[in-house]
Amino acid sequence: MAPVEYISRIRDNYARLGYKPYSWVRNADIPPWAPLSKPLSECRLGLAASGGIYAAGQVAFHYKDDISIREIPANVDTKDLRATHFAYDLSDARTDPNVVFPVDTLRRLVREGFLGGLAGRFHTFMGGIYSARRVTEALAPALAARFREDGVDAVLLVPV
Amino acid sequence: MGLVARHVEAAGIPTLCMSSALDITRSVNPPRAAFLDFPLGHTTGKPNQPELQRRILVDALSSLETMTAPGSVRSIPYRWSDDEGWKERAFAEGDNRLPRHDTPQYQDEADRRRAEAGGAPACPVCRS
Repeated sequence: MAPVEYISRIRDNYARLGYKPYSWVRNADIPPWAPLSKPLSECRLGLAASGGIYAAGQVAFHYKDDISIREIPANVDTKDLRATHFAYDLSDARTDPNVVFPVDTLRRLVREGFLGGLAGRFHTFMGGIYSARRVTEALAPALAARFREDGVDAVLLVPV
Repeated sequence: MGLVARHVEAAGIPTLCMSSALDITRSVNPPRAAFLDFPLGHTTGKPNQPELQRRILVDALSSLETMTAPGSVRSIPYRWSDDEGWKERAFAEGDNRLPRHDTPQYQDEADRRRAEAGGAPACPVCRS
């Protein structure tokens, strides 16, 4: 079966509920490109994920266009990870955070030598931010600055 | 997340963006994407299936080495289930989203107490 057509399905759903149509970002240009400078087995990888993951002890996300970022230590105990989000079924993410924040998987890939290493910290936020402008002007530059500080050679991005 | 990918890539760092929504990804058009046809909330696999989670990330991350054209999307071949009824139910039952509360929404009350007790600005990891 073909992939779900989320844009048309959400548009129809909003119309049925009497909501204003959401205007999806459309970029028809050729996206920016930075080639990988060395093999993955020598790369230090960064990670950002938007599934609303936080670590116990941190302030959780709120549900109204929250563009704040949580810093998760790369050696975090997976048992300390939590998930909060207004727009997806959290049950599996709360059972095993690796389904939206693949920290155990990445640590394993480093042990196996597939990756050279990981940043000392990962970055999480909560997607479903309606304002593309706030993402472009605030959240994305903040994440780019953090990845630069972290000295990563490549970045894995995991939305929900 | 595609917007973040474009920004980070423009800052000189190669990115690979996972995707559960092929049409949204194609619209936002990140530099490199790997599409896994699983229900939302399972961007990098099924719970407690570390071998599958590993294969998914190996396939996806390899794209950083192999992709040469900006805007490429690779399909990761695993299926959620033989029965694809989940696709018909996705966003088909009205609005199941939670109200847009503007206060922190903790997974459980113990987290709230812990964050409120230790969440002073001096705590390096509690706020960012």
